[in-house]
Amino acid sequence: MGMTMTQKILAAHAGLDKVEAGQLVLVNLDLVLGNDITSPVAIKEFNKLGADGVFDKDKVTMVMDHFAPNKDIKAAEQCKMCRDFCGEKEVTNFFDVGEMGIEHALLPEKGLVVSGDAVIGADSHTCTYGALGAFSTGVGSTDMACGMATGKAWFKVPSAIKFELKGSLNKYVTGKDVILHIIGMIGVDGALYRSMEFTGEGLHNLSVSDRLCMANMAIEAGAKNGIFEVDDKTLEYVKEHSGREPKVYAADADAEYDETYVIDLSEIKPTVSFPHLPENTHTVDEIDDIKIDQVVIGSCTNGRLEDLQIAAEIMQGKKVAKNVRTIIIPATQKIYLEAMEKGYLKIFIEAGAVVSTPTCGPCLGGYMGILAQGERAVATTNRNFVGRMGHIDSEIYLASPAVAAASAITGKISQPKEVM
Amino acid sequence: MKFEGKVIKYGNNVDTDVIIPARYLNTSDKKELASHCMEDLDKTFAQRVQKGDIMVAGFNFGCGSSREHAPIAIKESGISLVIAKSFARIFYRNSINIGLAILECPDAVDAIEEGHQVEADLDKGIITDKTTGKEFKTEAFPEFIQSIITNGGLVESIKNGSFK
Repeated sequence: MGMTMTQKILAAHAGLDKVEAGQLVLVNLDLVLGNDITSPVAIKEFNKLGADGVFDKDKVTMVMDHFAPNKDIKAAEQCKMCRDFCGEKEVTNFFDVGEMGIEHALLPEKGLVVSGDAVIGADSHTCTYGALGAFSTGVGSTDMACGMATGKAWFKVPSAIKFELKGSLNKYVTGKDVILHIIGMIGVDGALYRSMEFTGEGLHNLSVSDRLCMANMAIEAGAKNGIFEVDDKTLEYVKEHSGREPKVYAADADAEYDETYVIDLSEIKPTVSFPHLPENTHTVDEIDDIKIDQVVIGSCTNGRLEDLQIAAEIMQGKKVAKNVRTIIIPATQKIYLEAMEKGYLKIFIEAGAVVSTPTCGPCLGGYMGILAQGERAVATTNRNFVGRMGHIDSEIYLASPAVAAASAITGKISQPKEVM
Repeated sequence: MKFEGKVIKYGNNVDTDVIIPARYLNTSDKKELASHCMEDLDKTFAQRVQKGDIMVAGFNFGCGSSREHAPIAIKESGISLVIAKSFARIFYRNSINIGLAILECPDAVDAIEEGHQVEADLDKGIITDKTTGKEFKTEAFPEFIQSIITNGGLVESIKNGSFK
């Protein structure tokens, strides 16, 4: 029996020729990540361990993104704790305000992850880097602490579900619509403990940005990781962003999959997840008028340049609906600058939207766009749980940047074609 | 390792945002986290939970964020054990790593009701609903996992040499 992509990467990083689903393995890590929420807990645990320093100064990274720029005194104390730790341990890749971005947009951009890597991060959306053909998964702070000290983590080798992609996406349909469709199909625990492996000729028609968005939300189906077969687009992206050599692991022809789904990309329509679970999906063409109070375009899921580009295209020369607060958050400083140079920010501001410095802020109900009781938001973020963006009686509808931009214009959940 | 306590029961897909809302994540103080535990799902939890109580829930318990603050808040609130039909994987891992006992047993979850008195033997994998007298069998954890939980988590186990 052959191995899946994920199994091959785990085997290589465990120094084994072969692994099987269910086997426990100790894996050598290429990168250990934390943010300003999870790192303080990890630092406390790290200090209890009594380790002298981190296992490799270049392979530990902390990104101040969740409540940074500091939202309050406690958040400031947490960032300070991370800053002091990274200073003392001489951690190379510490990203503070001015250099930081939303971690999962930032790390690929900085070239810190390449194909074939094994990465853990104390953030559930660490699975994003699977888009580049890496094994990456979210863990807690204790795993992060032990990872920082030893450079290792233990895993149970997962089995996998295969998603064979064919065809190509229609205009204004994006990777976000594809992944919401898939979560709607298999449910929020449909891939629990398992890998989601994306392959097929349709994969070549997806941009790296679309792939990052899709791998990012693998966790919303319960998956351990989401991973894409590496192609020329991946290698071109990695070469452009990193000086490190990618390693390509392809699944064996006789690799065993629990299930296989064939997804025809040309059949995917603009899709929205209704409150309060990402699996509550509807296509926008089948829903009644749903009035909204806020739109958020950003996050680790959809804050990349391509996301802002499509939103700008839709919002150009138009105004956002009265009383719809539209908040746009470029995910990194580089994206912010490029969006400025390309004129997207001007389009947003002239349309009546606000543009923020990079932060996770509103996605997890931290700050920069909290909802009041009874309010509704369309957001390009990844979770619509009860109270996620504010009051427990507020509602989040998850959508693509194209649907979010169109909805900002009309004041209700809308398809892009309604405003174009 | 045995636990006995009164049951507090919830449904499916209890996510980490309701276990500990992100607005409280500007601290890692255990007591403060525990004081807001389950707040967005059950405002009465923090007041009524008693040391040793057992939390029972449906499928995909602990889904969402990787925040270790979630199992920390539950453990610090006094809950001795969580029994669910299934756990989200990061929560599962985090619980073991911080020494919060957990068990997967769909049959027990279906039969056990809020307020029942329940006993669980982790070594044997046996859950007993003492209110009804019904017994449920589940898979016991391997010894090394049990040892991590008994020793108060992964870091403590590494420090005291029990984790090899």
